[in-house]
Amino acid sequence: MPASRMPSSDRRTTKAPAQLRSPITAQAGVGLRPSHMPEIVARGGRCDSVGWFEIHNENFLSDGGPRRAMLEHIKAHTPISCHGVGLSLGSHDGLDKDHVDRLKRLFAWIGPILISEHLSWSVHGGVYLNDLLPLPYTEETLATVSANVDRAQQAFGRRLLIENPSSYLTFTASQMPEAEFLARLVEQTDCGLLLDVNNIYVSAENNGFDVTDYLEAIPRGAVGEIHLAGHTVQGDGDDRVLVDTHSRRVCEDVWTHYRTALARFGPQPTMIEWDLDLPPLDVLIGEARAAQDILDDIARRTRANVA
Amino acid sequence: MLPELQARFRDTVLGNEDAVASYVTAARGSAANRIAVYRNTVQTSLTDVLATAYPVVRRIVGEKFFATLAHRYIAAHPPRIPQLSAYGGALADFIAGAEPLRELPYLADVARLEWTRGEAYFAANTPILDPVALSEIQPENLSALVLTPHPATRLVVSPFPIHRIWSINQPEINDVPKVDMSVAEAVLVTRPGDHIVTRLVGTGDAAFVARTIAGAGFGDAVAAAVTAEPAFDLQAALEAHLTNGTFAGIA
Repeated sequence: MPASRMPSSDRRTTKAPAQLRSPITAQAGVGLRPSHMPEIVARGGRCDSVGWFEIHNENFLSDGGPRRAMLEHIKAHTPISCHGVGLSLGSHDGLDKDHVDRLKRLFAWIGPILISEHLSWSVHGGVYLNDLLPLPYTEETLATVSANVDRAQQAFGRRLLIENPSSYLTFTASQMPEAEFLARLVEQTDCGLLLDVNNIYVSAENNGFDVTDYLEAIPRGAVGEIHLAGHTVQGDGDDRVLVDTHSRRVCEDVWTHYRTALARFGPQPTMIEWDLDLPPLDVLIGEARAAQDILDDIARRTRANVA
Repeated sequence: MLPELQARFRDTVLGNEDAVASYVTAARGSAANRIAVYRNTVQTSLTDVLATAYPVVRRIVGEKFFATLAHRYIAAHPPRIPQLSAYGGALADFIAGAEPLRELPYLADVARLEWTRGEAYFAANTPILDPVALSEIQPENLSALVLTPHPATRLVVSPFPIHRIWSINQPEINDVPKVDMSVAEAVLVTRPGDHIVTRLVGTGDAAFVARTIAGAGFGDAVAAAVTAEPAFDLQAALEAHLTNGTFAGIA
């Protein structure tokens, strides 16, 4: 069992050497975006207050080029988590073997500390749609996703963390809430969960459910990572919709739900995602520091409660 | 149900707006607005990918026309693999076949040049040929040796002045001068380090590189160069190839 799934009482007794910056311990990290990479390389492949970086796998599948060369340098100094956006675990067509093989080669090169993908689909009939598209939460879908997750975990030889998507609509065919679907997926495949608190918030606002109910339906031991990001509000009245743009700071409500999530699931590696309108690197690092402060605070409270 | 739903959703985000509507509900407001969020993400993100790969084509045709071109291209050639650095390679041929673009006959080759620059950028990080290795070859063995092209090396030969068109459409240039469209040009794209070199080469040198890329020996390639351009300056051409990393090794 990886440390990320240990109940918090076990984790305290597992003392890692101080210099071992394993991100499996609950540190804050940031998304590694190509335009920030030259600056990170210039800082020596590491940034203060950033315990780990997360890449989008599909940005690093080329044979070579400066981007891969920069990652070669950065990964020597900071642990890397590999986050996928193209595996399409919800595809009825099943997984694309060539893409699984590309990812296997990427993981062999990087040696990621965590690997994750989404509860969504992006491929149908051999066409890749470059978005995390929603799924109806039915028994049929559960069987499809479970089979795909099983196959991926076998191919990669390790546990995959599955991230809850942000969504803008629901399907009339859905038979269960998303949190229940995830809980059953964990039960069937022994996968872990990457809880994106902003996505829960965005989906809750768009689809009319309660964030706290959602968090309570997620099994305690399953969460191995948390994502935080900013979203954009579009339209108003009945047309109001929250769009998961990853283009701004984490909002206050999401910070509040993050605290609630940590109280339930224990301190977890937490990643700040920012993709559009990318700010200077230090703004991103500031968000990571804010997450780290909360992680430290939760850890202190946990210790105090035990004492 | 799932395969049918995914087929309809795919058609919806690629342009057919109603295909998935009967499967969808929205907590408030119209379901069509919510579906549009997905369609916008797909269309905008893929258009951005194409705009990044083809900045000069975009500048020449204008942002608005480029968006229309991208929309049509996405519908006709959606991505086949989840690797966006590899998306858009068929745009040059698509432009060549697009009726409204007939009055810009050079545009397809400009697109071809931009695509090869992208390929060069993402090509394998192989060291370039060490000039010392070449200087150690005995003169009598020179003719038979085969120069291996670097994985980033690409040659684009056009009946149009594509290097000139490409150069004057860079972001820092505001006043675009008139161009003599009757000039044919060959452009050699290489990547000696982190940066792409986009270099105009003469007809002799273009023939030399084309033969070498095709696997011909040094002697054959030089002969092809001299045939194409009797005044071909081998010494100068080789020096430029060594500096700019056209070759990776000697076979």
